[in-house]
Amino acid sequence: MDDLLAGLAGALRLLLSGDAGVWEIVLLTLRVSGTALLISAVLGVPAGVVLALRSFPGQRLVTTVIYTGMGLPPVVAGLVVYLLLSRSGPLGDLGWLFTPRAMVVAQVLISLPLVVGLTMSAVEGITPELRLQLRALGATERQIAQAILWEARAGMLVALVAGFGSIISEVGAVLLVGGNIERSTRVLTTAIVLETRKGAFDQALALGFVLVGLTFVLNALALRLRGALLHPAG
Amino acid sequence: MSALYELEQVTVRYGARTVLAIDALTIAPGEFLAVVGPSGAGKSTLLRLLCFLERPTSGILRYDGQAWHEPPPLDVRRQVTLVFQRPLLLDATVEQNLAYGLRLRGEPAGERVAAALDQLGLTHLARARARTLSGGELQRVALGRALVLRPRVLLLDEPTANLDPRNVAVIEQAVTALHREHGTTVVLVTHHLHQARRLAARTAVLLDGQLVEVGPTATLLSGQSADWRTRAFVSGEMVY
Ligand SMILES: Nc1ncnc2c1ncn2[C@@H]1O[C@H](COP(=O)(O)OP(=O)(O)OP(=O)(O)O)[C@@H](O)[C@H]1O
Ligand SMILES: [Mg+2]
Repeated sequence: MDDLLAGLAGALRLLLSGDAGVWEIVLLTLRVSGTALLISAVLGVPAGVVLALRSFPGQRLVTTVIYTGMGLPPVVAGLVVYLLLSRSGPLGDLGWLFTPRAMVVAQVLISLPLVVGLTMSAVEGITPELRLQLRALGATERQIAQAILWEARAGMLVALVAGFGSIISEVGAVLLVGGNIERSTRVLTTAIVLETRKGAFDQALALGFVLVGLTFVLNALALRLRGALLHPAG
Repeated sequence: MSALYELEQVTVRYGARTVLAIDALTIAPGEFLAVVGPSGAGKSTLLRLLCFLERPTSGILRYDGQAWHEPPPLDVRRQVTLVFQRPLLLDATVEQNLAYGLRLRGEPAGERVAAALDQLGLTHLARARARTLSGGELQRVALGRALVLRPRVLLLDEPTANLDPRNVAVIEQAVTALHREHGTTVVLVTHHLHQARRLAARTAVLLDGQLVEVGPTATLLSGQSADWRTRAFVSGEMVY
């Protein structure tokens, strides 16, 4: 218990001390995971909607792949990206390995299936009869899709929150493809691993609290957004 | 006067099962037709067909003199609207739900929505969210959403099922008013033979997907029908 309190105090001290190193790590963490989430959202939300509303040959296979991806061990995602980006790999010429870009790619691979899969089930949760009813009221396909998106908004937000949760706290993949290089690819999780290995438990715990605090704040914001979406004023 | 709808040898099949098989049915513009029949007879299926939500598996569905094998273009489709058996509203306010169809068409909603709210006794609920409504309120909003469109054809699937007499009267009045004032063609599916008598000049009897008889409501539902199946159905329903 004392250790935890000390950790909490340490976290506050770290942040308030103006330790540039810590802020750098926090900002990189946010930048990498934020970019990955943005990409996953831009690709994954429309894909999930299409998968839920349309039927096409091979759909079952695609769905199975996505469900598999939702349970993909992050370290395996990291390994795949590593092999793709390594110097002898097919994308080696990009020179992205051990840069934040590689970390973004790995995190997209981890979060995209979650965003697609959960968006899909959010949209599928809206009864198909509603689509017919809207059509009967004179809606075009596009107008129907818009209304369905609105109806499924809370579930889609959950998809994004889950996607973000899966990457901000992930360590295996970013360690593999980022390399935990100081001032370049070191994020909160990999910094915690490092400090622990060094035996600097106070520092590790303090960083752990920073990570938890960050996740807490972001989830609280998402919850407020959810409230605003579900109960719009006026 | 030429027919608004003409069905010829129309069937609807789901897999191996034929749920609707209508040799011939015409619906005249401006008429008020009731459709009665036991549960599972294919009444809702018929309405979906008339609303172009579903295609006949075989046969010809003619609307406004033209046979439609594919769903018609938007402007034709928008002449017809269907109020479903189960009222499904959008997660929005009552007012917004009522305005939905007009907004889709880019038409001003304010006045018509206000009039519908008043007519259906919903004014005090204008700002209420749809998910907080009672069953009877939901059904009135679902109907109002169609009424404000002043459609050429209004298809109603048991709009007063499970309602108390006062709500039934409100809904019947609103539908009758639209029919009279705008010459709207109404096809009403109902389980209440008395309702068919009150509202519809003509009634169609569906049994097991087959159109058993179509004729003046008074004759059919007074037990004087020439068809024994209609008589059997009517006497059975009258028990309730
Ligand atoms: N999409 C579908 N797939 C398979 N069967 C269906 C489908 N829709 C309807 N059916 C079947 O077709 C038959 C007719 O259904 P329909 O809903 O038209 O009956 P109904 O006369 O409206 O009955 P009710 O009075 O209970 O509403 C039913 O037996 C139903 O199970
Ligand atoms: Mg029905």
